[in-house]
Amino acid sequence: MALTTLAIVRIRNLYAVVMLASIYSLLAASIFVVLDAVDVAFTEAAVGAGISTVLALGTLALTTGREKPPGHTKIIPLAVVIITGGALIYGTLDLAPFGDPKSPSQTHVAPVYLSEGQEKTTVPNIVTAVLASYRGFDTLGEVAVVFTAGIGVMLILGNWRRRRRDEDDRHA
Amino acid sequence: MRSYFVLRVVAKVLLPFIIIFALYVQFHGDFGPGGGFQAGVIFASGFILYSLIFGLDAAGAVMSRGILRFAIALGLLLYAGVGVYNMLLGGNYLEYGVMAADPATGQHIGILVIEAGVGITVASVMIAVFFTFAGRGKADRR
Repeated sequence: MALTTLAIVRIRNLYAVVMLASIYSLLAASIFVVLDAVDVAFTEAAVGAGISTVLALGTLALTTGREKPPGHTKIIPLAVVIITGGALIYGTLDLAPFGDPKSPSQTHVAPVYLSEGQEKTTVPNIVTAVLASYRGFDTLGEVAVVFTAGIGVMLILGNWRRRRRDEDDRHA
Repeated sequence: MRSYFVLRVVAKVLLPFIIIFALYVQFHGDFGPGGGFQAGVIFASGFILYSLIFGLDAAGAVMSRGILRFAIALGLLLYAGVGVYNMLLGGNYLEYGVMAADPATGQHIGILVIEAGVGITVASVMIAVFFTFAGRGKADRR
């Protein structure tokens, strides 16, 4: 994964970058499988490696396939990246160790979901039970986000307005 | 890409399996990995494959923009409607248990319906976004 990331940063041909990003998503999906998060891996493989690659290629077909060389100094971006990265790494020091059974996220509601979820929802896949039943509001919000995003893209990029202007031109 | 014989045959062979797999993921989300989001994306990618190979016009003939616009809203309304229906039955918003005599059965029905709503919205949004991108390129070239 580190290799793909370095290649993405270095390469200026955007078609290659899109394909490398797709490979990166696939690797991330396999990591999720290793971590037993099959549902997340599924989504990552389908969205990250599949749909977003097609959409990025579609965008490249509309614009251009080569990245412009940067025309400004590299010091300010470098400083921003180092400071943000340092802050993020400093933040991870406070995280509970990986797989710690005593961490707050494991002791709050997760045991209730795991012990009661089977009887209350009779859904064998605990991920679906939490997503659709315990966290129904959150999922409704997510669907609303997808809906809004779709409407936004159609409003901005859709050619309804252009068609109307063409008709106006014809009338004039 | 309509002229590549191998691509056309392979796509035609694969498409039914992709669609069936999407439906399987959709309705089997209770038992195995998957659910509305994943199924919607798989369905959309199958459809996008079709339109990449056979052209936008052929894909638009299968699923027109009007249907897509309708389906985007339908999925969300289905989800929210389940919540309202539960309130009409005397429960809390999105409390599926009140939909059947046995709360567990109600949960099952509720999850199935809202996953269908999620799947419909996600699939149609993905297809609509792809259509918008691809259609724009075509309009500019003309």
